[in-house]
Amino acid sequence: MAFKQVSSPHAHGAQNTAKVMQLVVWATIPGLIALTWHFGWGSLINVILACITAVASEALILKMRNRPLGFYLGDYSAVVTAVLLGLALPPLCPWWIVVVGTLFSVVLAKQLFGGLGYNPFNPAMVGYVVLLISFPVEMTTWVAPLALLPEGVAHPGFLESLKLVFFSGTPMDGVTGATPLDSFKHAAGLTVAQIYQGDSLFSQALFAGVGWEWVNLGFLAGGIVLLASRVFTWHGPVAMLLALALMSLIFWDSGSSQSPGSPLMHLFSGASMMGAFFILTDPVSSAVSNRGRLIYGALIGILTYIIRAWGNYPDAVAFAVLLANFTAPFIDNYTLPRTYGHTDRRKATERIDD
Amino acid sequence: MRQTWVTPGGVHPPENKIQSLTQPIGSLPIPEKLVVPLGQHIGAPAIACVKHGDTVLKGQKIADPAGTVSAAIHAPTSGTVTAIESRPIAHSSGMEALCIEITSDGKDQWIEKSGISDFEHTSASALLSIITEAGIAGMGGAGFPTSVKLNPGFQRPIDTLIINATECEPYITADDSLIRERAEEIVEGIGILSHILGNPHNILIGIEDNKPEAIAALEPHTQDTGINVVSFPTKYPSGGEKQLIYILTGKELPSGSIPADIGMVCVNIGTTHAIKRAVVDGEPLISRVTTMTGEACEINRNYDVLIGTPVAHMLEHNKFDAQRCSRVIMGGPMMGFSLTSQQIPIVKTTNCILAPSVEEIPHNEPAQPCIRCGMCAEACPASLLPQQLLWYSQAKDHDRLESHNLFDCIECGACSYVCPSNIPLVQHYRSSKSDIKKAQEEKIKSDQARERFEFRQQRIELAEKEREAKRAARREAAKQAKAATGTDSMADIVAAAQARTAAKKASPEQELAKLERAVSSAEMRVQKAQDKLDTATADAETEDKINILSAALSGAQQKLEKARTRLAEHSK
Ligand code: SF4
Ligand code: SF4
Repeated sequence: MAFKQVSSPHAHGAQNTAKVMQLVVWATIPGLIALTWHFGWGSLINVILACITAVASEALILKMRNRPLGFYLGDYSAVVTAVLLGLALPPLCPWWIVVVGTLFSVVLAKQLFGGLGYNPFNPAMVGYVVLLISFPVEMTTWVAPLALLPEGVAHPGFLESLKLVFFSGTPMDGVTGATPLDSFKHAAGLTVAQIYQGDSLFSQALFAGVGWEWVNLGFLAGGIVLLASRVFTWHGPVAMLLALALMSLIFWDSGSSQSPGSPLMHLFSGASMMGAFFILTDPVSSAVSNRGRLIYGALIGILTYIIRAWGNYPDAVAFAVLLANFTAPFIDNYTLPRTYGHTDRRKATERIDD
Repeated sequence: MRQTWVTPGGVHPPENKIQSLTQPIGSLPIPEKLVVPLGQHIGAPAIACVKHGDTVLKGQKIADPAGTVSAAIHAPTSGTVTAIESRPIAHSSGMEALCIEITSDGKDQWIEKSGISDFEHTSASALLSIITEAGIAGMGGAGFPTSVKLNPGFQRPIDTLIINATECEPYITADDSLIRERAEEIVEGIGILSHILGNPHNILIGIEDNKPEAIAALEPHTQDTGINVVSFPTKYPSGGEKQLIYILTGKELPSGSIPADIGMVCVNIGTTHAIKRAVVDGEPLISRVTTMTGEACEINRNYDVLIGTPVAHMLEHNKFDAQRCSRVIMGGPMMGFSLTSQQIPIVKTTNCILAPSVEEIPHNEPAQPCIRCGMCAEACPASLLPQQLLWYSQAKDHDRLESHNLFDCIECGACSYVCPSNIPLVQHYRSSKSDIKKAQEEKIKSDQARERFEFRQQRIELAEKEREAKRAARREAAKQAKAATGTDSMADIVAAAQARTAAKKASPEQELAKLERAVSSAEMRVQKAQDKLDTATADAETEDKINILSAALSGAQQKLEKARTRLAEHSK
């Protein structure tokens, strides 16, 4: 047994894919807590429902593809996709929305492309966008944040929420409300100051939008943990946030009625932080080199802003990420690092002989 | 403190060096049989200069270097040559190669040694030939013949001599303990190197800061010698030649060149010790310090081991437990290779035998898909993109592999070490490299074949063209001639006829010779016809046949008659 041929290196570091994926799941917890606190049990139910669907459907596909179940399910990648999709979906949306979205994510966007490592698009975002296009009403109905609920009204309790999710079929009334990005979309003709005064979503907020600022802070916290544990490098997230901030600064227009909102509002609204630290950092579908990830991140930041400001959908991270996924292979071709002993960076497309 | 530079990437695997440093360098009993491979260095294997049955003394040369890039081999102890044959040797692919087996006589009797006490007054070329004769090859890893390295030629003046004491691989402490115990000899060796290289401006000993005792041991001997001991933060792989050059000088070794191209020579510290022994003590390279470590051995320490000692001998003396061991590695856990047989001998480049327990270095986990996390790229000291190299290795896309600089990969294994998916990246790179090299060789061969073919094709074409040109010329001439006859007056035709006659007249001798030839060939034909007729008559052939033959004979006779007449006319 001792004398056999094994390729070097023999030593291996402590990291493994399952651990990395688990860490990503744990790191979403601050964001999930913020969502649950401010918007009720819906998000948690989404996450659980998505996880069950994801694991079951992945197991089924693996079985059909004749792959060992334990080995592939054990990498936790399906769980990560499910958690991210669950967090992105509106709380208290009907159960079938979650199930359909997860199926699209896991089966179409991931397994049909060959499973983990081979998906060119971010699976969670594929599911999200399919849902957004197919079921716009369900997908844009958000629960109002706790602080803005009318006197005497509260978010439904856990069991009540389950009932709503499984049996109501229609988006519930009474507790829905606009998101900060919606408010800007629908407040044509008002200056930023007027919007801020007139909309309690902003007037009661600390700095960006009631509830949303906390959700984004939650994801920022989780992201920093992942950054510190070197699950990814800073390049993608920082580039995206900087690009988003820069775009909103350029088009701030001193808060006129044309202004799409302040940098702070954009950074801490919608899916900004979740996108920056949990979505565009999906390594499989992003650019590979650090320089490539700077460009990739910046592209997502810019696209997000453009779609938010001038597109038809209030939030845009999902579209921006998918568009950037398309460009990732091209970015990779032109962003090779300079190798030791070479004076120039090379291009991947260089032909060697002749 | 001298400035040092920081390389990109790198990893910090657990060092595990203390285990083998608790005791001083020891020695092992002489094994009964020593197996000395003829190729222990980069370059051509040495050529045996002893025969089966010869008795040899310790330090006696048993194989001559084959050409410049080669190294001599010496008997590690006294005894008898009992075999010269293929044996398994230390190689990553577990191959066999020619070895000389020496059965020890137990006396360990030296040949007569002749050292030089004042190397300062010896010429560089004389010292170089001592080093060549002593069979010294780099003892750090690759085993490049040292005398070749020390002779970079006039066009490459050396201003920096780097002594590599980094020993960045976990577990290995051979250099560390050598420095602790023999710093004086090492510094003397460095002096010899410096003298050979024409006293370069900078002499730097590069050493990681995890060896404070070794650094302290060097200090008293290097004071006021111009030798700088430069320590820098520990990180794997700082000991790669390219990495060390950058750490110490901030310069990068351009891809595809050797240190001498940028005025540097890099020598392993163990090699400097061997050089001192060779020059000052007249001892060829027949032993080296090797670390014996790992939890599957009860004793962990360094040994001064005779080259050719079978690994089994070492393991046995250190109470090896094969049951606990996951693999036996020659070298360190990052770049060493696993041994396929315990009969494999220690060679000049063997700095460590690592016998880890299964808990220490577990069996390899199955590889999961690459998630493109980029941890490998963060760890790569050469700033490559290992995940892309993996992708293109699997796709066998050689163009992309080369544009991603596969050949600048030093196979340090840092990428595989950090890969969360347990992908044996280095293995993929090795096989891709050898595929590409094979493809290139084939391409060269097929290019040559193609050239030959094209050349031949060209020649044929050329010949064809020439023939065609001739034909065209003839056609042209004929056309002109025809045209001439068509339009010419009677006078011209007469003139032409006159010209032809003139031409005939111009060479009466030729005409004569022609006629004579005609006569003699006619005579021969008559003779043949006569012969045939005679045999036919003798064999009593049919009348018909005889008639035909006699007709042929009379025809020939008539022709002969005519020829004779014409000759007679001409002669008149
Ligand atoms: S470390 Fe492994 S899994 Fe991560 S990108 Fe590199 S090869 Fe792929
Ligand atoms: S083995 Fe090659 S690719 Fe991997 S880290 Fe070392 S130099 Fe980089």
